[in-house]
Amino acid sequence: MYIWDFSPLWKYRFLFLEGIWVSIALTAAVIVLGLICGLLGAAGQLSRFRILRWLSWLYIEFFRTTPLLVQLVWVYYALPILSGVELSAISAAVLSLSLYGGSFYAEVIRGGIVSIDPGQSEAGLALGLTPSRVMRRIVLPQAFKRMIPPLMNQSILMFKNTSLVSILAVPDILYQAQRATMDTYRPLEVYTAVALIYVAILLPLTALAKFMERRLKEY
Amino acid sequence: MSADAQMISVSGIHKSFDDHHVLKGIDLGIDKGEVVALVGPSGSGKSTLLRCLNLLVIPDRGEMRIGSDRFVFGPGARLPGTRTQANFRANTGMVFQHFNLFPHLSVIENVMEGPRYAKGMGREAAKAKACALLIKVGLQDKAAAKPNQLSGGQKQRVAIARALAMEPAVMLFDEATSALDPELVSEVLSVMRELAAEGMTMIIVTHEMSFARDVADKMIFMRDGQIVEQGSPAEVMDHSKNPSAQSFFSNFRQA
Repeated sequence: MYIWDFSPLWKYRFLFLEGIWVSIALTAAVIVLGLICGLLGAAGQLSRFRILRWLSWLYIEFFRTTPLLVQLVWVYYALPILSGVELSAISAAVLSLSLYGGSFYAEVIRGGIVSIDPGQSEAGLALGLTPSRVMRRIVLPQAFKRMIPPLMNQSILMFKNTSLVSILAVPDILYQAQRATMDTYRPLEVYTAVALIYVAILLPLTALAKFMERRLKEY
Repeated sequence: MSADAQMISVSGIHKSFDDHHVLKGIDLGIDKGEVVALVGPSGSGKSTLLRCLNLLVIPDRGEMRIGSDRFVFGPGARLPGTRTQANFRANTGMVFQHFNLFPHLSVIENVMEGPRYAKGMGREAAKAKACALLIKVGLQDKAAAKPNQLSGGQKQRVAIARALAMEPAVMLFDEATSALDPELVSEVLSVMRELAAEGMTMIIVTHEMSFARDVADKMIFMRDGQIVEQGSPAEVMDHSKNPSAQSFFSNFRQA
């Protein structure tokens, strides 16, 4: 029978706190950058120009269909060889997580925009608004409301996805956990603690996402 | 009367959606202040024709003139730019079957949207204009409501006010009462009747035959993408020699 003993972990609390900080900061960065990639991707998908639609399709499908772990390793090890630009582990992590997240955000944003009844655009155009005004004043405000819940869900996934960056020795929660494990030989306790940390951070956020979803159902 | 006196003249308009040839050479002239009822079986192309008239659908071929704006469509003809199209649409009001009010805006904001953001009118002026129009359609007390708080008839009256706010030269009605519960139809028709009496140029796609007979100066019967018959409502409905028109209108007489 395995005897659980969490007490050795206590002296690693600052290590864990550092890891939590790195994970949160990394998530914040890749959410912002990912949303920018997603906006560009969605705009490309909805563009009048075939070449932009094609390029954005290539981007979205490439990053959606390859494993994030493969992307991380590829960006860190292979990209510098091809491009000649040395990337730090953290930049490689930010770059690939943003592009990966962006490909999912792009689909959410595109889906939100096309879910708006075409009658709305027609009504705006019929009034004499220009197409860009119709997008800004009529379509986007309505689409944005619908996008918020799935964007929040995707962002929650982004936080979990950051755990993969430990493979590049970015000192996130999981990386610190690995260090604590090597010191204590208590992997079961360490990973239980890690799981609980993720739950504790994400549970309030998923509750918030649910709440927003209900709030935004109106009209 | 010369063609130049006409407010709207359309010639040789063709439109296909993929393999489906929806409009097969439409010629049409409408005078200022005329009320035209566009009728016909579903799929006859009347809604598509109406949408061509404000460029929500771009014709494949043909020529169109509304007021001082003139458009030529077809191979080699350059499509008007988005600005030109927008300015043109601002001059033709459109009322849709499903209202298409903006659900995220209040009733008065719906009516102010065109003047504010298509004409660049100031907030106060647009508000005053919108208030006057809401009074006209009998909905001044709903100014602050959201569209989802209104009945279908009220929504459609707001939609009419929204279109009128642009002071269009012509109003297009695309089956404006088809989505309404029967008891709500008359409140919308009475607003339209009032507009007609004020001398607004109107093109009305409708299945309300008794209304069309009452209000329209001219009736156009379409079938399979062509104009089959046109004239006064009495001529078209009661005295047409065309068998398809006869059978179409006989359905309504029995009812």
